[in-house]
Amino acid sequence: MLLAAGSLVAGLAGCAGSIGAGSTAAATSPAASASPQLSGTVTVYAAASLKATFTKLASEFEAKYPGTKVALSFAGSSDLVTQITQGAPADVFASADTKNMSKLSDASLVDGKATNFATNVLTIAVPPSNPASISSFADLAKPGVKVVLCASQVPCGSAAQSVEKATGTTIKPVSEESSVTDVLGKVMSGEADAGLVYVTDVKGAGDKVKGIPFPESSNAVNTYPIATVGTSKHKDLAAAFISLVTGSEGKKVLGDAGFGAP
Amino acid sequence: MNYSGIPRWIYGLAVVGGLFVLLPLAAMVLKVDWTQFIPLVTSESSLTALGLSLKTSAASTALCLILGIPLAIVLARRPFRGQRFLRAFVLLPLVLPPVVGGIALLYTFGRQGLLGKDLELAGIQIAFSTTAVVLAQTFVALPFLVVSLEGALRTAGNRYEAVAATLGARPTTILRRVTLPMVLPGVASGAVLSFARSLGEFGATLTFAGSLQGVTRTLPLEIYLQRETDPDAAVALSLVLVAVAVIVVGLSYRRPRHATTPVEAAV
Repeated sequence: MLLAAGSLVAGLAGCAGSIGAGSTAAATSPAASASPQLSGTVTVYAAASLKATFTKLASEFEAKYPGTKVALSFAGSSDLVTQITQGAPADVFASADTKNMSKLSDASLVDGKATNFATNVLTIAVPPSNPASISSFADLAKPGVKVVLCASQVPCGSAAQSVEKATGTTIKPVSEESSVTDVLGKVMSGEADAGLVYVTDVKGAGDKVKGIPFPESSNAVNTYPIATVGTSKHKDLAAAFISLVTGSEGKKVLGDAGFGAP
Repeated sequence: MNYSGIPRWIYGLAVVGGLFVLLPLAAMVLKVDWTQFIPLVTSESSLTALGLSLKTSAASTALCLILGIPLAIVLARRPFRGQRFLRAFVLLPLVLPPVVGGIALLYTFGRQGLLGKDLELAGIQIAFSTTAVVLAQTFVALPFLVVSLEGALRTAGNRYEAVAATLGARPTTILRRVTLPMVLPGVASGAVLSFARSLGEFGATLTFAGSLQGVTRTLPLEIYLQRETDPDAAVALSLVLVAVAVIVVGLSYRRPRHATTPVEAAV
């Protein structure tokens, strides 16, 4: 563990060359005496669907690098891009789709290149009792079934649209929500018979909803990229956090939550 | 010359206070892409959302009048045990985050809600319908009517009503011929404010009614959605909503200079 941390720090020192610069808090740890250490606060802006995993990874990061703190901000990816382009002090941005990451790099606010670190696919979420007896994607198009989708303007909605197009199915939703959590909420409360959400949302909701995987979901795989924000004042910390997410610790936590490998 | 008695520094802070409200609005106006303004606000989805907003707000204003006038009269005219609590609860939606109102409505009228099951048996489905939008708007707008009217009723007093009663008028006649004409400006401004609040309703609608073009997606929900992909459209639509709000609030504050006496009002 210590060895891994040491080599990671050394590797970072090679590319970033700013380890320890601007560090204010002086924490003492065994690693500190061996190599320049990381300290300070790294601010991570992450897509709402990453809340559980990134919260866990943040505490792993703080444990791995004593003297550091991770400040997390979760919201819809496009909201986060807007906030960062308006000057929000983010060091790391993790998006739920490549489109929003491109928006940020188009604004010249991405340092280097973004790294894809996870994928997510859609699944059907139904209330535990499955009142409409949904068992396949085609069932969602049956008349009388109250289906809630994301609006096509948001990533989960465009993913749903891709699947509809690929399978030639037309779903008539009773509502088109502006976020995947709103879809999940409508299913959890029993208002809707079914909704299309991400595999990870169903896993995170525990036994409040039932997930029904469908093979057609492979028509729309969402890729999650992560990058250091160009205006970051803590690029060393940002790079270390990204290494953690893309490294073995990240893979484990993300995999446990239902994310796929990129 | 009138002595105003206002220290000069108060003016300074008042100017800052005014700017605090005006500046963000001005910033938004500056952000409007005027060459695209007309196509953006007249797109099919925008017009549908505006139409739905106006229709549902009108319906919820009517509902506010039907439910709010009796409530205000009871609160203003008849002291009773627990009145303070009732007033506090009626006013609660004023300070409650709308999303909380939405959750409360969901557990009342939703499919699994307190009344939802009976309603469903009766063949009435409220979730995801325009009715749900009207209920959400009425819930948040009702206090505006009640507050405004209760104030008017208290200010007017009940002397004329007492006189009318001694002359043999029945309660319903008094209400129709004396009380309501006397507080008509209060009813009007309360109705206008309720309409404005309904027009701006977002959180409770999103939580309770959902969002579907032409059915439940009102203008604020359309703005929220457009913002994801087309910020220019969102700004243009916001300006439309600001304009409507300015007109509505402007109307409600154009009050007569002195209170109308019941005699004048009744004629």
